[in-house]
Amino acid sequence: MTAFVVAAHYLRETFRHKFVIVFGVVQPALYLVFFGPVFTGSGVGDWDVLVPGLLMQLALLTCGLTGFNIVFDHRFGVLERLRVTPAGRFSLLVGRVLKDAVLLLVQAAALLGLALAFGLRASVPGVVAGLALVVTMALGLAALSYAAALTLGDGLFAPVMGTAVVPLLLLSGALLPMEGAPAWLDAVSLATPFRHVVDALRALFAGSSHGIGWAVLSVGLFLAVALPLATRVFNRENA
Amino acid sequence: MIHAKALTRTFKGVPAVRGVDLDVHEGEIVGFLGPNGAGKTTTLRMLTTLLRPTSGTATVAGHDLVADPSGVRGSIGYVAQGGMFTPPSLIGAELLLQARLHGHSAREARRLVGEVLERVGLAGFERRSPASLSGGQARRADLALGLVHAPRLLFLDEPTNGLDPRARAELWDHIRGLRTTIFLSTHYLDEADALCDRVLIIDGGRIVASGSPADLKRDHAAATLDEVFLTVTGRPMAEAAA
Repeated sequence: MTAFVVAAHYLRETFRHKFVIVFGVVQPALYLVFFGPVFTGSGVGDWDVLVPGLLMQLALLTCGLTGFNIVFDHRFGVLERLRVTPAGRFSLLVGRVLKDAVLLLVQAAALLGLALAFGLRASVPGVVAGLALVVTMALGLAALSYAAALTLGDGLFAPVMGTAVVPLLLLSGALLPMEGAPAWLDAVSLATPFRHVVDALRALFAGSSHGIGWAVLSVGLFLAVALPLATRVFNRENA
Repeated sequence: MIHAKALTRTFKGVPAVRGVDLDVHEGEIVGFLGPNGAGKTTTLRMLTTLLRPTSGTATVAGHDLVADPSGVRGSIGYVAQGGMFTPPSLIGAELLLQARLHGHSAREARRLVGEVLERVGLAGFERRSPASLSGGQARRADLALGLVHAPRLLFLDEPTNGLDPRARAELWDHIRGLRTTIFLSTHYLDEADALCDRVLIIDGGRIVASGSPADLKRDHAAATLDEVFLTVTGRPMAEAAA
């Protein structure tokens, strides 16, 4: 219950600064506009192969970097102020993460709208299922991002996480499907949950359910690691 | 309202607070006076559940500090040193969240926000950003965050730090007018003298003297709390900052 109060507060704050919402979609949208025509013309695949990758990119760049929001709350004493209330620390974390999930859904919808205009044709139930998968995965991503921000502090968070999302994005196969990769790279890629999600998204967009089991399993494992870890960091007294 | 016995806190083997006993009664304004590094903030952070004591016990607003931190949090307000807003936020929205986290319904919370802003002299400031306030106003907005749920006990950490003399005097008037139990830390001797019913002097993690400002001065045959500090610790407070 408290988590919803927290989520609603941060959603209102985010929608008050609309540029934050727009800013998150800018990079994937630029890929759509300037990379999409090249990609679809290259014979690798059509829009339904590219757009799932861009959704992953969106999730990594927004939820993956959302910890930046807590850096200032930490520095300005907002976090401590919220901690001297009866609200549990777990609710404070979950509330923020829920906000990120809702925001991602709004941004993903905008990106899909734009993609539709560019010529994306995909299975509607597949897209809905794909969004559910990405948003669920993003819960863990956002939680980890907050944990990283509280652990790394304001000086290190931006450079470290800004750098970390690049290999994660490349390894997920979001920009080019991993089929052409050498075996070692394919193996590394398969060790990240993001690869399985991107593969499943592509299948879902094409109206198939191939690889969904793996994706659900890896997202489940990811959440099972990310959420308790982030909760521990949030419960740490000096965090 | 506060009853603490032998509170200690050690950071990586280094003691910051070495056995603090203190009692604060309902309705009192008690000042915790000492140089920077004396253990004031550490003690305050223990009493507000932000730090676990290394040893010792305390009851705060009727709740055991270690066994029932959530009960303590529900009954106290805490205003940290140096502001509690992120610059782009809105005062009303932050106050509303604070009240909601204390378990008030949305409707009740809105009423409390209006009330508390009036109480600190910022009526109608709901849509203002903290960045747009003067130093004194900003501290009063911080005060509102600690007061919005009408706590029985309010903790203030260095409430007038960094304010000019006029804004300080103004804030003292506001604090006096709150009519609630207040435990505040300060390194300003004149602040302790002007504002507090009782003063606890802390140095090196221990309470070295306590009493009303008048009693302390009388007992130590001193004209000011400055001289009391000098008599008790053997050095002037201005030089004592650790």
